[in-house]
Amino acid sequence: MKRLAERGRVDRSRALSFTFDGRSFSGFEGDTLASALLAEGERVVARSVYHGRPRGVFSAGRDEPSAYVQLGEGPRSEPLQQATRVELVAGIVARGLAGVGSLSDEPDTDRYDKLHAHCDVLVIGGGPAGSAAAWAAGRAGARTILLEDEAELGGHLLGVPPSAPDTAARAWLDDKIRELASFAETSVATRTVATGLYDGGTVYALETRKRPGDPASAHRIARRLWQIQAREIVLATGALERPIVFSGNDLPGVMLANAGRAYLNRYGVLCGQQAVVFTTNDSAYAGALELVEAGCRVACIVDTRDDPQGELVARAQAAGVDVRVGSAVAIAHGGSSVEAVDVGRLDGESATAPDLERQECDLLLVSGGWDPQAQLARHVGARVLARPTGGGFSVDVPPRRTALAGACNCTFALSSALLEGIGAGERAAAARGFSAPPEPAPEVDEPLAEAPRPVFFVAPPDGDLSRCYVDLHRDTTAADIKRAVGAGLTSIEHVKRYTSAGTGADQGRTAGVNVAAVTAELLGAPLSEVGLQNARPPTVPVAFAALAGRNRGEMYDPVRVTPIHEWHVEHGAVFEDVGQWKRPWYYPRGDEALDAAVLRECAAVRASVGMIDASTLGKIELRGPDVVEFLNRMYTNAFDTLAVGSCRYGLMCTLDGMVFDDGVVMRVDDERFIATTTTGGAAAVMDWCEEWLQTEWPELEVYVTSVTEQWATVALAGPAARNVLARATGIPLDNGSFPFMAIRDGAVAGIPARVCRVSFSGELAFEINVEGLSGLSLWEALWEAGQPDGIVPYGTESMHALRAEKGYVIVGQETDGTVTPLDLGMGWIVSRKKPQHFVGKRSLGRTDTNRPDRKQLVGLRPTDPSARLPEGAQLVLDPDQPVPMRMVGHVTSSYESAVLGSTFALALLESGSDRNGEIVYAPLVDGAIAAEVTSPVFYDPENERRDG
Amino acid sequence: MSHHFEHPRDLWRAKEPRAAYDVVIVGGGGHGLSTAYYLATNHGITNVAVLEKGWLAGGNIARNTTVIRSNYLWDESAAIYEHSLKLWEGLADELDYDLLFDQRGVLNLAHSLHDVREGTRRVNANRLNGVDAEWLDADAVKEFCPIVNTSEDLRYPVLGATLQRRGGIARHEHVAWGYARKATELGVDIVEGCEVTGIDVASGRVRGVQTSRGPIAANRIALVASGHSSVLAEMAGLRLPIQSHPLQALVSELLEQRLGCVVMSGAVHVYVSQAHKGELVLGAGIDSYNSYAQRGSFHIIERQMAAAVELFPLFSRAHVLRTWAGIVDVTPDASPIVGLTPVEGLYVNCGWGTGGFKATPGSGWVLAQTIANDAPDSLNEPFSLERFASGRLIDEHGAAGVAH
Repeated sequence: MKRLAERGRVDRSRALSFTFDGRSFSGFEGDTLASALLAEGERVVARSVYHGRPRGVFSAGRDEPSAYVQLGEGPRSEPLQQATRVELVAGIVARGLAGVGSLSDEPDTDRYDKLHAHCDVLVIGGGPAGSAAAWAAGRAGARTILLEDEAELGGHLLGVPPSAPDTAARAWLDDKIRELASFAETSVATRTVATGLYDGGTVYALETRKRPGDPASAHRIARRLWQIQAREIVLATGALERPIVFSGNDLPGVMLANAGRAYLNRYGVLCGQQAVVFTTNDSAYAGALELVEAGCRVACIVDTRDDPQGELVARAQAAGVDVRVGSAVAIAHGGSSVEAVDVGRLDGESATAPDLERQECDLLLVSGGWDPQAQLARHVGARVLARPTGGGFSVDVPPRRTALAGACNCTFALSSALLEGIGAGERAAAARGFSAPPEPAPEVDEPLAEAPRPVFFVAPPDGDLSRCYVDLHRDTTAADIKRAVGAGLTSIEHVKRYTSAGTGADQGRTAGVNVAAVTAELLGAPLSEVGLQNARPPTVPVAFAALAGRNRGEMYDPVRVTPIHEWHVEHGAVFEDVGQWKRPWYYPRGDEALDAAVLRECAAVRASVGMIDASTLGKIELRGPDVVEFLNRMYTNAFDTLAVGSCRYGLMCTLDGMVFDDGVVMRVDDERFIATTTTGGAAAVMDWCEEWLQTEWPELEVYVTSVTEQWATVALAGPAARNVLARATGIPLDNGSFPFMAIRDGAVAGIPARVCRVSFSGELAFEINVEGLSGLSLWEALWEAGQPDGIVPYGTESMHALRAEKGYVIVGQETDGTVTPLDLGMGWIVSRKKPQHFVGKRSLGRTDTNRPDRKQLVGLRPTDPSARLPEGAQLVLDPDQPVPMRMVGHVTSSYESAVLGSTFALALLESGSDRNGEIVYAPLVDGAIAAEVTSPVFYDPENERRDG
Repeated sequence: MSHHFEHPRDLWRAKEPRAAYDVVIVGGGGHGLSTAYYLATNHGITNVAVLEKGWLAGGNIARNTTVIRSNYLWDESAAIYEHSLKLWEGLADELDYDLLFDQRGVLNLAHSLHDVREGTRRVNANRLNGVDAEWLDADAVKEFCPIVNTSEDLRYPVLGATLQRRGGIARHEHVAWGYARKATELGVDIVEGCEVTGIDVASGRVRGVQTSRGPIAANRIALVASGHSSVLAEMAGLRLPIQSHPLQALVSELLEQRLGCVVMSGAVHVYVSQAHKGELVLGAGIDSYNSYAQRGSFHIIERQMAAAVELFPLFSRAHVLRTWAGIVDVTPDASPIVGLTPVEGLYVNCGWGTGGFKATPGSGWVLAQTIANDAPDSLNEPFSLERFASGRLIDEHGAAGVAH
């Protein structure tokens, strides 16, 4: 192997040094890692995954099954990269792998991004057909995107001499590729590979923006995931050469014929000194002739066909190449590299006659034919059919609004591929209403190819199949497939799972058809019956990080904070995640722990006044002539009786009658309400409303709008709340003018506000709502106004403790989707009078929903007043019973109390409403806690504190 | 070089369907095959056909993420899944097949106070039900699974986790093939490429099925075709409370072993394990729309990978090699339906949602019992179809994740 002085697209003036398997090498700008290693004479670049056999470079592209490397070091070390797809960059470090990669412990320092694109016509594949299609669509004026996996357009033509097959046609195509770039509405994305096709014209593609190790692109994001919405799609994804299965076909030095040709023409690398070419078709002849021209001895061309008469065959013969017709390579010999092959006459489709002839060689180029690559079409369910000629499979009916052009459509001649590409591009553009006067495709002077004689598998005369590799990447041999078939398996999907053939990182590109063909042969079934393994996205391995994009760390999920957040931070709040929100959990003073802070905050509210930022509560504005009807259907209680200027606590159920969400609903006008929801449930309630309005009750004219962030809400709670608020507003606040559950509009601290008299603590309380951006001003004004009364800010934990003392439930804490309003002792909120059939009503009438022994909300007081029941503790009646114990309920909430002189808890307990005074037990790992069942209302059961 | 597993030299032989059987099982997936196996072994009923529309065990048994655990909240669920786990523990010997069953432990991470409360509740319930369960704090999580990101900088920091040490993974097709092999040895007919197109019902009881390969008579018919249950039941005039959704999963390339347990997270939504061969196996939530097409939407995968990288920064440069979807049948209470139907002699086993794989042995065991006795076992009695009329639901959605 050697680098030629001329030939190829590499820049010989720019030498690049790199490290492979700990040794230093050098290549050129324009090389791949594979071409540079080949130029340096490296034949063994990896080991096989199970058998540990030496493996070399087998292909020149995405189909590479063998030459896998771990690329880079430290934070940028990337597993299982194909050496054939690594663009050579100075200083890169790689090591050959045995099919298993490793993950670096150092944090990935690269950045990843996403891009959403829309187009009329998406062309996938920038070879001749795809480039022609994009040109045709683009010049018609359609918004066109062309995706090309490689760094430049041209497809397989990059691997053939500039004159092949026709200089004029090549010039025409180069011209169109240049022209493409000038279309205003056309974009060409290179190094961008389509990874998946999804229903509705959605295509994902992965763009590599940063070449690993390249300082020139170091500032860039590493990869970008495109999500493309295309109205029309042209697949021009080409074809791949199929290897042939024979004994020793995995030896380094055995290579796909087109790869040998590409290394010569694209990289100026001669892969051997003495070659044998084994082919079923004409395509390998062109490369063989070029090898001869470059100084390689082509010992013979082994052609499966009995009497090939094509133009290229004649030229090979004229050049003195020994063409052995009706023959096959049965065995390749060698240690770490191919040294000789045994050639014999084909005896039937896949066996060779016993008398074999040895031929020495250091390079064996193989062409089993060409397989169209249309996996993308199969992602959305397109079926494949066995091809009548050429072997393999092709797409039966393309997906909706998708056309196939070029080799992926079995159109292999350049002239036909260009025509087909232009036609597909024009039709796709026309489907979107764009057209341009036709411009003819060029005539192409190219040799006419004869029909191939597909041979997939050549069994050696001794019948030993253990070195006949069907899948080089997964180390699957024909012997493995024979074993699978022998075990009784007939489905290709079973064979795949039995042997793991086709499941590797190379997506089984070189293996797929041969697995089917060998299976068919061993079963004695036609290829059409065996079929092809399923194609599953993505088409190429995609780094997890590329899919995560920017959604990492802080941006994994949006952080939502209220307009008052900075004040909480400045005042030392410890935060709790509630849904996406950061809420103050408690405000420790100094190094005060949670429990101490909560006791202090609660005591202040009970004794004087506290303030809490309630802005995170979901707020939904509902308007329209049918809004009352809608609310009556959604909530268990009635809203037609709610007067303007008042508010009411409401409860929603799911269809099965279980509590779904709760909140206060304000009637601000005849046809206008604002409903509050739980913080975590806001989006779900909004969705729930829309679902019913859009799918079940489209006749109702109601408009629902999320206004959570449009309002900021501050609650003042405690006996001094009225004094504090009075210092900031002129709204009359006495009980007569402003009774419980009333709402009043007016100015608070000079800010237009809506004030509600609701209480979640049992104390006199006001909730002041202002436009969101004024939230902080309101908070600070009330903070000032509260100073004479020693106002304290309190967090969610104190809010929870205070409401628990009053027996108020939290949806999601006291409830878990299995709790009815009646279970919570809230039968009063389930209207029996209103005419509407509200959501969940029917289920509330079911027998089980009315069982008296359901779990019901109770209070618990530990018999040892200092013992604290853990939330989530299970309850039993007899703590000494053997496991499995009969559980009768569980603790939902548990706190210390500033006013009760003991801990206390809420629980759901079987027949709980009949168990007042009984003792229940919570068996824990370190012993049981006993507690007395009480009413869930621990504090101020007469509601005497509500009015201050 | 990696270790390569070799399957047995003999599995099962495709059969032509006969005209009549004692029992016809519709659906040659994991549950159908285990049902056939337990009918034969536990009840001596071997004149049984398993009818499979496509290739054997090609549905959800071939598409799941192979997580096995029994730490369910409610008594009824814990009982049936624990029964299943106990069967798993002896299954490789019983089937004489290396199932690669590995009790490496299942962590379920908590990321909020709400998660902690629910996790604690579950651990307590499991413990008192005799199901192994532990609560780990964040430090203990780090110790048990060092590659989990337990830093406080995490968007939703890990506050702790439940751990079921007896939980783990197994190799899915080994399980199905192991049941198939033993069932055929015992005389069960496995018929592939045989689609049921009709169910014959006369005078309120089943008489047989119409199939793409002709009619087959049977007085006892079990519908065990997850992803397609409601379509089949409709052939017998039954409307099941089932919604069918795609559920996607994916694998990475082969990687050196780094993850020695199963990790699940609800809030940072992903679950992951590393198979014996070395690929990472990941799943997350269902696609929200209804579908019978075995493919999903890619944005679900994007979201899932963001979660994976968040929890395991190490996975940043692992690659998604292959994604796919199965169709899961979801009931209103997220618990299965296993038992009798209003049609005499017709049994259903469906609605396992995303949890079917781990139930494979237990589900077949109780369904075989139900078919043999024409009455449910005590383990599946609570999972009756009638519960949707009575309201006696077994709601395993978990808590709604809502708080003030």
